[in-house]
Amino acid sequence: MLSRTADHLFWMARYMERAENTARMLDVNYQTSLLPQSATAAERGWRGLLGISELTDDFNRRHGNVNARAVMDYMVCDESNTSSIVSCLRAARENARAVRGSLTTEVWETQNQTWLEFGKLLKGQDFQKDPSTLFEWVKFRSHLSRGVTVGTMLQDEALHFLRLGTFLERADNTARLLDVKFHARADEYFGSTQSAAAESAEVDFYHWSAVLRSVSGFEIYRKVYRNVIRPDRVAELLILRGDMPRSLAACMNELITNLRLVGNDESHETLRRAGRLRADLQFARIDEILATGLHAFLTQFLERVGMLGVGISHDFLVPFEA
Amino acid sequence: MTPMFDEMHANSTQLREHYRRYDRWLSNQPREVMRARRDEAEMIFRRVGITFAVYGEKDEDGSGTERLIPFDLIPRVIPAHEWSEMQRGLAQRVNALNRFIHDVYHGQDIIRAGIVPGEQVFRNAQFRPEMMGLDVPGGVYSHISGIDIVRAAQSDGSGQYYVLEDNLRVPSGVSYMLEDRKMMMRLFPELFGMHRVAPVAHYPDMLLETLRAVAPTGVSEPTVVVLTPGMYNSAYFEHAFLAQQMGVELVEGQDLFVRDHFVYMRTTRGTRRVDVIYRRVDDDFLDPLAFRTDSTLGCAGLMGVYRVGNITLSNAIGTGIADDKSIYPYVPQMIEFYLGEKPILGNVPTYQCRKPEDLAYVLAHLEELVVKEVHGAGGYGMLVGPAASKAEVERFREILKAHPEQYIGQPTLSLSTCPTYVEQGIAPRHIDLRPFVLSGKTVQMVPGGLTRVALKEGSLVVNSSQGGGTKDTWVLESETDDAV
Repeated sequence: MLSRTADHLFWMARYMERAENTARMLDVNYQTSLLPQSATAAERGWRGLLGISELTDDFNRRHGNVNARAVMDYMVCDESNTSSIVSCLRAARENARAVRGSLTTEVWETQNQTWLEFGKLLKGQDFQKDPSTLFEWVKFRSHLSRGVTVGTMLQDEALHFLRLGTFLERADNTARLLDVKFHARADEYFGSTQSAAAESAEVDFYHWSAVLRSVSGFEIYRKVYRNVIRPDRVAELLILRGDMPRSLAACMNELITNLRLVGNDESHETLRRAGRLRADLQFARIDEILATGLHAFLTQFLERVGMLGVGISHDFLVPFEA
Repeated sequence: MTPMFDEMHANSTQLREHYRRYDRWLSNQPREVMRARRDEAEMIFRRVGITFAVYGEKDEDGSGTERLIPFDLIPRVIPAHEWSEMQRGLAQRVNALNRFIHDVYHGQDIIRAGIVPGEQVFRNAQFRPEMMGLDVPGGVYSHISGIDIVRAAQSDGSGQYYVLEDNLRVPSGVSYMLEDRKMMMRLFPELFGMHRVAPVAHYPDMLLETLRAVAPTGVSEPTVVVLTPGMYNSAYFEHAFLAQQMGVELVEGQDLFVRDHFVYMRTTRGTRRVDVIYRRVDDDFLDPLAFRTDSTLGCAGLMGVYRVGNITLSNAIGTGIADDKSIYPYVPQMIEFYLGEKPILGNVPTYQCRKPEDLAYVLAHLEELVVKEVHGAGGYGMLVGPAASKAEVERFREILKAHPEQYIGQPTLSLSTCPTYVEQGIAPRHIDLRPFVLSGKTVQMVPGGLTRVALKEGSLVVNSSQGGGTKDTWVLESETDDAV
């Protein structure tokens, strides 16, 4: 397959996955904001969301006040924000269009239709009134996009590069989400007084169940642990459980499977690094990770995933030297 | 009164034989149903992304505007016996054109025989001296030829087919021919049960066979690719479509490189040799080392590989010399010269303004004639006398006097019409036809071609960039044949 084609496929899948994760995070934040809470807590939620995407500075420069409406508009329909859902869906569609010949008709039409319908949805005013429906729609378009990919494409390189893009992006997004959500709570712990401890347990429940819901993990948590929701178990589920489809471990498993399938003479080192990262997850324990510091762990994970992305680009996507 | 020829109606009361069944069917279709079908067609085309970009019009983000080419629901029907005659004429014409190109770049017999003036060839911007003495596989230069045909009403009420133009560089439109048929079969499957419509869906197969047949000598399993200028090109959909249908890579210039006199592409598994390039990039942009140095669409060193015969370019470089409007008037004589045959398909009578007596005639009859730029394409640099204002005519008169050699004049043909859906209902609109002729080991084509229709009332310009639409084109066995 042409390197350029692989590159477009990889990024098409990444942008679609990013759109989905952004929609998930926005939705959870929006849902949470409907709960009774202080204005500062609500603002903190929206700030955290900007932080996940490393957009705090850009947002401050252009909007200043952090509130639900402004952040949602910025993250959904602001075309100048390259991480907004509209930008991601456009990029996914443009990448698909550049290689439509390598996609099945169904895959291309799904991408194209997602883009066309999203435009219509934004033109209607429904998003302002009922953001959740739009977020749900984005999520389902992403499900559809993945499903139609797996369900119709030949299991060759084209599919493998799409899958690589999906799981690399998901690993990155899940790690960022965890980082910010654990940070948010940590801040609160330091600020809270003893008397607020009882209240804090209740708030905790909503906080962590929101985190779980944002990765479709609430029911899974119940099924796996059959126990009350505790941050360390949430972290374990989203980091170490290989059977949780949005966990870091699951993403790494898929990443390695697909990386093996496309392996070439250049890719040994990238594969080795990916294998090592997976082994670190496979043989880790959540209490050790928490003891050494979750933030440090996730920061390092993000760096290593970033390096894998660079490796994949170098080995496959950037044209070989003539 | 100017004579008229309608493809469907022989006169106000009588239908032509080959439209009888269709008309019966159409008269039973409620208007709302047909309107719903039109909307459905548009929706599908948009979803499938069958769009073209309009040059000069940009979105706010700088990418070209994507537009649909309007699709008309009423098919253009060609009776099988007319097609078989046309097919013979097309094969003959394309054969002669290929012989001409070979001759121009080799012995130049036709110039020495005094049939085509030397200066028309050598001073032509389309003449490529780089091609002199270079041999291409099978001596075939134009592997894919789009021959534009019109039917013009004669004074006796009959209709006569003429070749309006040969397109031997990178003719486009074949994807619309295929998609229009697919759309018709999707919208009106029952029509295909009622009619014996010759199929066209095997075009990509035929194209691949043609491209493989002209691979460099000694290559038994050639790697064929389609070279596109990229996704912002107006015909990008077609490039992607054909590559996908043939199961070959769609490459851009940046994917190719030259090493040791071969062309390679960069793949995820290293490099892979390329043997045949179906290029949808003009000569000028193919190789910055040989042609336009500012081109980023081509591949540096390609021409060198081409010269040693390690790559086939399809179409060959330099085919433009044969489809130039200044060469067009000589095609009938070419056919006689190379093939010793009488031309089956005629040319439109053409006045060459480079000749003083022709120029004088054109200047005296500007209001009646169509004047075209010799190198123009896309319907921009032309004057349609009867439709033009006095000021436009006068403007063209000055241009003509200043640069007579750049123009030809032709009588305004009364192009045939075909019933077409318009705002007010169904009305006759002018049409043309572009069959696609493939030349490899043999000359072959799928029945019919792309019918373009000028949607504006009275307009003769069918180009998609100028508001033209398309119709499905049926080559139809007569009803008496299917009584079996």
